[in-house]
Amino acid sequence: MSVGAFFQKYTMVIALVVVVIFFAIATGGNSLMPGSINNLISQNGYVFVLAAGMLLCILTGGNIDLSVGSVVCFTAAVGCVLMSNKVNMWIAVFAMLAIGLLIGAFQGFWIAKLHVPAFIATLSGMYAFRGFSNVVLGGFRVDITNEQFLFLFGGGRDCYIPDFIRQWAGMESGKPNLTCVAIGGIAILVYVLMTLRKIHVQKKLNIHQSIPGQIITTALISVVIGFITWQLANLRGFPTVLIWIALVLGIYQYITTKTAIGRHLYAVGGNEKATALSGVKTRNVYWFAYASIGLMAGLAGILTAARAKGIDPVYGEGYEMDAIASCFIGGASAYGGIGKVSGMIIGAVLMGVINQGMNMVGIDSNLQKVVKGLVLLGAVVFDVLSKRQKQ
Amino acid sequence: MAKILLEMKDITKTFPGVKALDNVNFKVEEGEIHALVGENGAGKSTLMNVLSGIYPYGTYEGDIIYNGNVCKFNNIKDSEKLGIVIIHQELALVPEMTIGENMYLGNECGHKFAIDWNTTYSEADKYLKMVGLSESSKTQVKDIGTGKQQLVEIAKALAKNAKLLILDEPTSSLNEEDSRALLDLMLGFKKQGMTMIIISHKLNEVAYVADTITVVRDGATIETIDNRGDEPVSEERIIKGMVGREMTNRFPKREGVEIGSTMLEVSHWTVHHPLYPERKVVDDVSMYVRKGEVVGIYGLMGAGRTELAMSIFGQTYGTHITGDMKINGQTVKIKKGADDAIKHKIAYVTEDRKGNGLVLSQSIKVNTSLAHLDAISNHMVIDGDKEYAVAEEYRRKLKTKTPTVEQLVGNLSGGNQQKVLLAKWMFAEPDIMLLDEPTRGIDVGAKYEIYCIINDLAAAGKSVVMISSELPEVLGMSDRIYIMNEGKFVGEMKAEDATQENIMALILQSGRGA
Repeated sequence: MSVGAFFQKYTMVIALVVVVIFFAIATGGNSLMPGSINNLISQNGYVFVLAAGMLLCILTGGNIDLSVGSVVCFTAAVGCVLMSNKVNMWIAVFAMLAIGLLIGAFQGFWIAKLHVPAFIATLSGMYAFRGFSNVVLGGFRVDITNEQFLFLFGGGRDCYIPDFIRQWAGMESGKPNLTCVAIGGIAILVYVLMTLRKIHVQKKLNIHQSIPGQIITTALISVVIGFITWQLANLRGFPTVLIWIALVLGIYQYITTKTAIGRHLYAVGGNEKATALSGVKTRNVYWFAYASIGLMAGLAGILTAARAKGIDPVYGEGYEMDAIASCFIGGASAYGGIGKVSGMIIGAVLMGVINQGMNMVGIDSNLQKVVKGLVLLGAVVFDVLSKRQKQ
Repeated sequence: MAKILLEMKDITKTFPGVKALDNVNFKVEEGEIHALVGENGAGKSTLMNVLSGIYPYGTYEGDIIYNGNVCKFNNIKDSEKLGIVIIHQELALVPEMTIGENMYLGNECGHKFAIDWNTTYSEADKYLKMVGLSESSKTQVKDIGTGKQQLVEIAKALAKNAKLLILDEPTSSLNEEDSRALLDLMLGFKKQGMTMIIISHKLNEVAYVADTITVVRDGATIETIDNRGDEPVSEERIIKGMVGREMTNRFPKREGVEIGSTMLEVSHWTVHHPLYPERKVVDDVSMYVRKGEVVGIYGLMGAGRTELAMSIFGQTYGTHITGDMKINGQTVKIKKGADDAIKHKIAYVTEDRKGNGLVLSQSIKVNTSLAHLDAISNHMVIDGDKEYAVAEEYRRKLKTKTPTVEQLVGNLSGGNQQKVLLAKWMFAEPDIMLLDEPTRGIDVGAKYEIYCIINDLAAAGKSVVMISSELPEVLGMSDRIYIMNEGKFVGEMKAEDATQENIMALILQSGRGA
């Protein structure tokens, strides 16, 4: 691979590394401290979850879902009101996910079956569910006092995965968090084994892929996982919200790369007519994408409510834009058919790092928005230009 | 001899891998109607695109001399300024706009920031009167028929002050009556001194209207026939020029393939246009194809061939489809949607591989498996290794030239894309393959390879229907040939009995009879 091609392929990774180093220097190393990493994950949990759902919608042809911010608020509002009325926490959680899924399926129905443009169908959802949230909440904030809920979904002070190993061994609690280290270690091990199996299969089938390249990529990602794990282990361990993020990203990675429906998403976005003529029920593919993002909005509602220990009628505003921006910065095509979960993760982390870094350096919040806007524009312009060069 | 208005001298135009025009020389006298005839892909449209500046100066070799000056057009605007106006085969009108708005689209009256609507509509009405259209210029285009829309196109050209009017297949979508009216209108313009070039497949119309006929074949001008005598030139004379090429070894022999029992049979198949349900696109067609047989369907563009194939393939085209279909002797009703057609083991390989066939942004592998994902997946989970092996197998079988099956299809040449498309449908394991223009837009070498693949399919006992508008190909490849014109089958011939001349004659007769 030539140097130019390397830069083209890994632009956003390189940009991320540059930005991380820049803020590490600008904050005198503070941005890499355990507390900062912990905050980065906890604060941006909803972005990863929503962006995963949004990616599927974008894949179908650059379609977006504008309603997720409002749906996050609405599902959270319903859940909070239920819990404040002493309804069992699990029933509330189930209700929030189910409502999210139903809203997604409802909006997907208009888009898939009646060909209502996604922009319009979800814009109307954005208005309607913001209004419903206000109605449910009566215009006021509702707090959550259910400790178990807060713990599981990452709210409050003690929402970390407890150190089971120290408990089991009868050791005193302390640092580093051994469970955290163990989980991180297992994750790296599994990842390395998967890469080795992939290389083995490639050799068997004579697929020519750069083996050193794959090993280097795997090694670098392992180092990053290891670093984050060690830092968090020396704080209080993995925040519980990380479980949900990892679960969602894992499932979406699997859907997009291994399943037939994932393949259909890419195909519909790449050439809908050809896909229909290949015997795929293309409208159902749209429906799936919008139902899935509805479910993710429900989950994001849970995470948001837990993080804020309650819900305000204005929560969730602009969340849809964070999710959309993450996908596009991560290399998803605005015309559909192109985009990866891994790219979207990079996009979301990049946005998160820039946000947090600017906060720590003390940049005016209005200026921060300008920077975010420019990053999004720059990423997409670069994408368009690099594609034009290829032709 | 009258003054030469236009001369195109030694025009050569090369596309990547194909020489579309090879040293073409073409002269048009002032005040004549000059016809340009030739088979599909002969280079007529390319020549006109060079003339009108769609292919700008510098992308071709040779000179365009208009009115005594060498012209270097950079775009259509440049040529239109000199009065060279082209009317394309597909109507380029915006249905939701009025006739007047359409006529001055991009050429608005008045100031850029303040369109003068009064002038627009009064001028438009003036030109509409000239073409004999009684509609108001404030009528929306979608409310008038295609015959009138064609007249609007001509009025639009006149409004651009046309001195040399080029009409590309102006009557292809018109019925007999509208066509005749249009041709008479052209003769009327000629009397007023207008020069015109007409491209047409309908040779009877050409013989009727043209003063001079230039025949184009394989990117070169073959001959120019004078048609000013008392007797119009015979169509046979024109056909001879159009098809007179050697036909040795362009088609691989198919030997020892046994033709079995009837596989697919449709009878009294009628299909209506999806947007204009009163129009019949396929009209009472009956046909059959047997195991191991290659059946050719020949017809010009717009004859209804694609529509026939797609309506058989799970009603993916058309509405109010009537008729019976039998597969293997059993009457079947295929539900709407390609999936049910695939279940009935029918495959349709589209003529438009980029538009309807392939996902260009995905790899060869992904495209190969798309129509038959079930075969390589387990409960909706794709077995990546199996998928790769399948794609590799077809790459080898069809000799697709690519470094790896992970290559994006968009980066392949036309011939290799066609092979991927064929691979995709072969992998779907059909018994009946409907191939629509399987060799369109690919070079001669790749064509030969595609023909070999078709022979292999027949040898494997598949039933192949090959739709084509290239006569030599139909003659060279088919066991049996159906001839289609204007939605109807107008003849059926065994390959031994068929010749270019008698097929063309059948089409002409049916056109005249209608």
